Amino acid sequence: MSTLISSNGRLSSTTREERLLSFEGRYRQQRFTRRAWTLLYGALFVAALVASIVVSDFSVPGLVEGLPMAWNYVAGTLPTLTLENFFGDLADWYWGLRFWLRLLVETILMGFVGTVLGGVLALALCFPASRNLVENTGIYFAARRALEFFRTVPELVFALIFVFAFGLGPFAGVLAIAVHTAGSLGKLFAEINENADPRPIEGVRASGGNWPMIMRLGVVPQALPNYVSYLLLRFEINVRGASALGIVGAGGIGQDLYVAIRQFEYTDISAKMLLLILTTFVIDIICETIRHRLIGADLTQKA
Amino acid sequence: MTIARHADIAGLKQTNPEIFARPLSERLRDGGLWAAFLVVFVFGLWWIDASPMRIVNGLSKLGMLVGLMIPPWPGDGLWDYCLAMLETLAMAFLGTAIAAVVALPLGFLGAKNMVPNWLFHFGLRRFFDAFRGVDGLVWALIFVSAVGLGPFAGVLAIAVGDMMVLGKLFAEAIENVDKKPVEGVRASGGGGLHVMRLGVLPQVFPVMISHVLYFFESNVRSATILGIVGAGGVGLQLSDRMRINNWQEAAFIILLILFTVSVIDNLSRRIRAKLV
Repeated sequence: MSTLISSNGRLSSTTREERLLSFEGRYRQQRFTRRAWTLLYGALFVAALVASIVVSDFSVPGLVEGLPMAWNYVAGTLPTLTLENFFGDLADWYWGLRFWLRLLVETILMGFVGTVLGGVLALALCFPASRNLVENTGIYFAARRALEFFRTVPELVFALIFVFAFGLGPFAGVLAIAVHTAGSLGKLFAEINENADPRPIEGVRASGGNWPMIMRLGVVPQALPNYVSYLLLRFEINVRGASALGIVGAGGIGQDLYVAIRQFEYTDISAKMLLLILTTFVIDIICETIRHRLIGADLTQKA
Repeated sequence: MTIARHADIAGLKQTNPEIFARPLSERLRDGGLWAAFLVVFVFGLWWIDASPMRIVNGLSKLGMLVGLMIPPWPGDGLWDYCLAMLETLAMAFLGTAIAAVVALPLGFLGAKNMVPNWLFHFGLRRFFDAFRGVDGLVWALIFVSAVGLGPFAGVLAIAVGDMMVLGKLFAEAIENVDKKPVEGVRASGGGGLHVMRLGVLPQVFPVMISHVLYFFESNVRSATILGIVGAGGVGLQLSDRMRINNWQEAAFIILLILFTVSVIDNLSRRIRAKLV
């Protein structure tokens, strides 16, 4: 900027040194304010850190003492596997495989049914929660708040309440998963809807479609691959979540795992956890494959 | 554009039938997939014993509970609940901070462009994934057994549960680094450390901070329930109030959680918008 002005000849009196000096001065000032802000944020961070260390009883001696204990605990859960009697040891370790597999199936089913129910509820709520699809701000506001409520109350709290209302067992867990899933998926679906291409929507409207028709023919076809992608992602999360819900008595292998941890049945803990990890791993891979195929198909359709 | 007449459509139907009717094999496959999906769903409903009677009974009981919750009232435990909430926040903050610090070197180790060994990369990634397969609550259970009741166990559970996931995200951020600044630093004579500090870090840092902030948000949510298994925080109070059927106070704690979570979300959204 300054070179432009000087080339016009209006500011030719400023010498090179003066300009350089003023530039240096401004640079120093900018650097100073920047450093001051960084320092301030750093101080805030340190203050928060110190406060949380005090509040949460965190102490280095505690850590030094606790970590070996935690490690001993983890090491204690590992089974003794010998090479001579490998399969016998393996069978000993997984002595209850038949029951556990049944419970594992229950956990997966809980995740599946919960995801489907939550997905349906999310689909019902996502259209009124999209700003570009509803004119009535009251409906939009109500739908948004409902989704927010569903998603912010922890799944486990819903599970606690539902266990109280519907009795112990996987049914309460499925409902808790469904409500939570509806909240988080509904928000994501609404975001997809808001990014939807308005032309098909206007097209359906112009040819006389009513609101449900616009949603069904204008919005859903372009948003469906993304919906399914998020649904699959959520399914994987929910299978993991279902394993935790067992802790409050909502069924599945989590309940069994909880009993094992409480009663210090060491090798059972590692056996069940390994099963859980493997299951989520396999589901993760399957869902990812399907997702990539879906998104790929979508891309080729657009091209 | 010309308007297609009915006769034209009939002609088109004859010349390219695949536009108007999908091939039988495809329709059969789709139908089969839907049928399988429905069968699994119905089987799942049967397995979890979702009979209409049960739903009706449960809903009426749920309505009764909601009636008991209104109006939410802290009773004389207001101060205790606020303190427990603070403890929850502290657990989430400290756990996230520890996880981020541990995840930083893990992220550099796990990035393909930093350690170009295929086998090492694959192994480390699977190791990261294995940690993700365990829910935070299960970690909390383990640490409560290992280091005893209290918020310390909760901090460790959050930190251990998150460090691997954060490590994976960091690794991905480092892999997506633009090479040009790195080469620029190297071309002007910078060493390995200079490349990291001036070429990689400025690109990676905002992404990392934004991930860490997301994790902090989600950890505040999950820290509210860790107390249910005895790992400190407001969850213990909540499950206690529910156990003794004090639903007004339970509802108050739930509202407190909602309020805190929304405040934290707002704060971190602002910080993120400023940084990125």
